[in-house]
Amino acid sequence: MNAEPRYTLYHPRWYRRRVSVWWWLQNRSYAGFVLRELTSVFVAFFAVVYLWQLRALVQGPEAYGQFLARLKTPLFLTLDAVAFLFVLFHAITWLNLAPKAMVMRLRGKRVPDWVILSSNYAAWLVLSGAVAFMLLRG
Amino acid sequence: MPSTVALTVARYRPEKESEPTFQTYEVPYRKDWVILDALNHVKDNLDGSLSFRWSCRMGVCGSCGMKVNGTPKLTCAMFLSDYLPGPIRVEALDYFPVVRDLVVDLTDFVRKLKQVKPWIIRKDEKPPAEGEYLQTPDQVDRYKQFSMCINCMLCYSACPIYGLEPSFIGPAAIALAQRYNMDSRDQGAAERLKILSEHDGIWQCTFVGECTKVCPKHVDPAGAIQQYKLTGATHWVKSLLLPWGTR
Amino acid sequence: MGRITPLLWLLFSAGGTVAALLFPVHLFLTGLAFPLGWLEAPRYEFLQRLVTHPLIRLYLFVLISLPLFHWAHRFRYTLYDGLQLKHLTGLIAVLCYGAALLGTAMTAHLLWNSQ
Repeated sequence: MNAEPRYTLYHPRWYRRRVSVWWWLQNRSYAGFVLRELTSVFVAFFAVVYLWQLRALVQGPEAYGQFLARLKTPLFLTLDAVAFLFVLFHAITWLNLAPKAMVMRLRGKRVPDWVILSSNYAAWLVLSGAVAFMLLRG
Repeated sequence: MPSTVALTVARYRPEKESEPTFQTYEVPYRKDWVILDALNHVKDNLDGSLSFRWSCRMGVCGSCGMKVNGTPKLTCAMFLSDYLPGPIRVEALDYFPVVRDLVVDLTDFVRKLKQVKPWIIRKDEKPPAEGEYLQTPDQVDRYKQFSMCINCMLCYSACPIYGLEPSFIGPAAIALAQRYNMDSRDQGAAERLKILSEHDGIWQCTFVGECTKVCPKHVDPAGAIQQYKLTGATHWVKSLLLPWGTR
Repeated sequence: MGRITPLLWLLFSAGGTVAALLFPVHLFLTGLAFPLGWLEAPRYEFLQRLVTHPLIRLYLFVLISLPLFHWAHRFRYTLYDGLQLKHLTGLIAVLCYGAALLGTAMTAHLLWNSQ
């Protein structure tokens, strides 16, 4: 029985390229990936906006009115428009990747990706409709 | 149709340079030639000092992986005609140390592969007299995709996490661990989960998805890792709620 | 860290799903349609009444808290990998998850204490 050869990390003549901090600009896939990850910042942004709206709501009608006025300013309209695009990008990439992570088996056979995909988008539509219905009632 | 095409090849001769350089060769253009054929032409007729690995030349051994025009590919599977008009840039795979020219050292992968125990683990072996382990086609289907891995390392070369964090176990090793986890004959899932739940295991992956894109055998390592994350998380919840019966 | 990574990943996944399914419509309405007058915004009294329901409070808690954890986990890895800030990994983790916990606490406080 031979002893396990030790892998020596130090090997002076082997060439190792240092990964540049701009690695994510090297190709489109990497750039798309980083953009996808950055959507989380806009997700957090809107979570905070909603938290602030809740706070204003609890504080009373004047505070709430001030908050609504702030949302109408060009700054917030622009931020919200940009955030909406990023949140949409997050939603689409997230729902599209779900079939990869969730493999469901029905009676031994794997449920095809398009079934999971269309259920995801159907749920998205139904939930969005329900939310809109709730908020447009009053 | 052109009669020749230019091949710009990365050279690295440690005895005379400290960084890779590029050398361009004009090779004959044949519409049925793949890049490996062009490299062999260079070695046979133009420059015998060019070093590279290859073996089966039909996409099953995984030896000839290199970066072609910036993307990891099997050079025996990429036709010159797909890269016209050229020049075609051929480099060694990323994120592995370059030993010479287009040859990289793969010891890191081999070590990681051994760590995930890519063999059937059983608590109780059936004696040969009892016959073979039987599997239905559905049971085979559960792990078949992950068993197609030819260890070509294109996925490691495409994975930015492996480049940034060399201790990351990596796509192929995790996919192969899953291949055994999903095998109905195997009883070692808990053992492998313990190893892969460590800091450099499945949790380092951020689902970039490049590994699946470049895999020549459609193994889908990214999918394997995400499924494994779900299994790992479910197992963690179970062990939290029922600490006495986790297996 | 390895002990709670599965939990952090579960929070990240849950938050990502909540954000994917519910944020587009909420952001469209609250951030664009209502301020720009495309659709009529709900009145203060209506919203106030709505928030008294315990189910609505639970919904709002989930809506705000989980996506914050989604951001925390994802942003932490983006800084670690994207900007290669390995030497600050502990600090980044504390700041990200700490911020998410703070947001969660604030949300819980508001929803628990309002009448």
